[in-house]
This record gives sequence, C-alpha cells and structure tokens, in this order.
Amino acid sequence: MADKEKPPAHSGNFLKAVFAIAWKDLAAELRSRELLSAMLVFAMLVILIFNFALKLDARTRITATSGILWVTFTFAGTLGLNRSMAVEKDRGCLDGLLLAPVDRSSIYFGKILSNLAFMFIVEAIVLPLYSLLYNINLFNPGLLLVILMGSIGYIAIGTLLAAMAVQTRTRDVMLPILLFPVVIPVVVAAVEASGGFLQGLQFSEVGYWINLLLVYDVIFIAIAFMVFDYIVEE
Amino acid sequence: MNKKPVGLLALDIICLILLAVATYLALGFAPMEANMGNVQKVFYFHVANAWVGMLGFIAAGVAGIAYLRSQDPKWDIVEVAAVEISLVFFLIAIVLGSIWARPVWNTWWTWEPRLTTAAITEMIYLAYFMLRGGIEDPNRRARFSAVYTLVGAVSVPITFMAIRFFRTIHPVVIGSQSAQAQGGFNMTPDMKVAFFFSLFTFTIIFIDLFWHRIRLGFLANKVEELKLKVME
Repeated sequence: MADKEKPPAHSGNFLKAVFAIAWKDLAAELRSRELLSAMLVFAMLVILIFNFALKLDARTRITATSGILWVTFTFAGTLGLNRSMAVEKDRGCLDGLLLAPVDRSSIYFGKILSNLAFMFIVEAIVLPLYSLLYNINLFNPGLLLVILMGSIGYIAIGTLLAAMAVQTRTRDVMLPILLFPVVIPVVVAAVEASGGFLQGLQFSEVGYWINLLLVYDVIFIAIAFMVFDYIVEE
Repeated sequence: MNKKPVGLLALDIICLILLAVATYLALGFAPMEANMGNVQKVFYFHVANAWVGMLGFIAAGVAGIAYLRSQDPKWDIVEVAAVEISLVFFLIAIVLGSIWARPVWNTWWTWEPRLTTAAITEMIYLAYFMLRGGIEDPNRRARFSAVYTLVGAVSVPITFMAIRFFRTIHPVVIGSQSAQAQGGFNMTPDMKVAFFFSLFTFTIIFIDLFWHRIRLGFLANKVEELKLKVME
C-alpha cells in the first residue's frame, strides 16, 4: 500500500511489465492449450443446448441470437477467468509475481490483456461457427464493436473478482456468484445493442447502449485499478 | 461486559411507540384510496422499508470506502451491520410490493427497473455473505468485502439506468409520473401525514437497528478475543 515502498514508476517500465505478464500467460497457454480448449468446447456445448432448449427456427433466431451469443460468452468467460487466476494461485505463481519489482496494478492490466486475448479468440471462433450453423450473417461492424466493448467491461470486472474468488474456500463456485450480479449492466447493454445492430438499426438508435458500455468500461477499469492492491496484498 | 447504553434502550422504546402510531396512521387515520381500496395501505410501509434499504445500501458503500482508506476493523463491523439491515428491509419492501402489485398490476412480479434493481441488490448482498463465509483470515475478509461493497455500490445505479431504458410501469407518487405508470394516485393531506410519519418512523428504526447491530459486532469481536485469551 501507500506506506510500502513502490518501485520507481516509469511509464515504459509499467507497459513492459504489463506486456511481460500478458505474454507469460499467452506462452503458457500456447504450450498447454488447457484454457482455450475448455472455453471453446464449453461455448459450443452452450450453443448446442440452446439449439434444443429454444428450438431455434428461422423466426426465433432473429430475436434470440444476441441473447444466446452473450450467454455463451459470459459462461465461457467465467471458465477462462477462473482458470487463469487459479493457475496463478495453485502453483504459487502469484507470490512470485507479487515479489517482482513492478507496480501491482501492472499485474492486473497484464491479466486483463491475456484474459481479453482468450476471450477474443473464443469469440473469433464462435461467431463464424454460429453464422455457419444458423445461416445468419454476424459480420456486422456494429456488432463487432459491441462485442469488443462488452468483452472489455466483462473482463475488467471479472479479472478483479476472479482474483478475489480464487482466494476463498469455495473458489470454484464463487466467481459466477460474485460476478453475475454486478455484470448485469454489461449483459443488458450488450444484448440490446447487438440485437439492434442485427436487426439493422442505425448507430444513433443503439447509441444509448454503446454509451452505457463505454461508461461501465471506464468506471470499472478505474475502480479495479484503484482496489487491486487490496486484493493481492498478503 | 458493558451494559446496554441507556440511549439505546430509550431509542428502542421510542421506536415501538412510533411504530404503533405509524400503524394507526396508515391503517386508521389515512383515508381509503378510491380505486385500489385497502391494499393501498401497503404503500406507507412499502416505501418506508425500501427507504431503509437504500439508507443501509449507502451506509455500506460509505463504510466500505472508509475501511479501504483506514484499514480500521471498526468500519468492517459498520459495513456488515449496514448490509444485513439493508438485505432484510429490501426483502420486506419486495414482499410488500408484491402483495400490492397482485391486485393492482395483476401480477406478483414484473421485470420493472425498481423491482429488478432491488432483486439484483439482494443477489449482491447474498454473494457478499457467501464471500465472507469463504474467507477465514479476518483482515482479508474485511478487505475483500469492502472491495465488493464498493463494486456493488457502483454497479447498482448503472444497472438501474440500464433497465430503466425499458418501459416502466412502477408508479411514482412523489415527483414526476411517467405516462406508462399504472396504479399511481395523488395523496390527500391525511395520506401525506401517514406517509411521512412512517418514513420518519422507519428512519428511526434504522438508526436503532444499526446501533444494535454495530454494538453486537463489537461484542462478538470481544468474545472472539476472550476465547483466544482463554485458549492461550
């Protein structure tokens, strides 16, 4: 905290530390492929279940697609967030990271970057697959913008809460319980905006939801940045 | 052990008297609302309960920030007290609202901003207690719950904004009424007396319970310390 001595903060060093932490996660994932494969298989299973649960005929698809996509991303995202923090905790990596002479918040931003990368990879595979399976064109620049902003908000708060959840006794079930009630604004705004773009609405008609996503992203990145120290402190 | 303060005892008695008067004002003194009949009487306590829930919610957020700034365990006790009270009173407000909504809106529940936000707030509180239950180290528990109250305190207003963009049917009795609202009415002066009196009563009840719960928190801490001392 403030009373502890902090390493001299040069913006160059900070960015270097952030990228080093993100790169460490990506390199580990490239070798093991544990997290991405789990997220991807899970995402496909969710879509499969929705197919039967909602009987996705041509008419339902138009209105249900945005909801299904976001439920899939949200659920698969929890899996990834939990896993990415659990490996840090299990093998004592977090302690190692905390000993490193870098600003604590660079750990948070590094983690955000790697989690976002995993999220985007999953989305980049799920979207074409969904388009193919249900014959809907999802390559809409508006939709991609919404997915980008929604994912940032989701990961920003999710990374913070995952860091908390893995340090509790009931770690495996804790993250969704902590995360879902506070991430509802993202889900509401993202579903509404995606649905709007898919139905061919103009940007100005879904502007409210885009603004809401932007506000959420900025506020929660700022909050997480301020409080992350308290979460990892021993 | 320190005895119960006289002020607190006096406040307890004042609360009981106020509650009795508020009940009389709501059930007996305030006139019957012409369209809704008896069920409208729920309104006086419903709003007052929701108001106490809000007070607790705000108090919890403030205590959370105070804890993070000072790392003083007393703020953790205050925060838990506020969350517990708010949890119970929001629940009562939701139940009372449902009782009113059944005849007036013809449904127990609807996904309306105030209802949905209250329900989500309850979910956040439940998550809060599960989080606390999962951590043994008192310092870490206090830190994590303070962070989570802060996150909750910021996200709930945004949730409200998000859901409000859908059409609302919840009546606004004080302030401007939206065109779609159903079950609204204008208060007569007698109704206003009953209404503001019950708001006042429940504010005092909030202070009383808050005091009790904070005192209980300190006593529980003391018991814990004594236990450790005995074990040594």
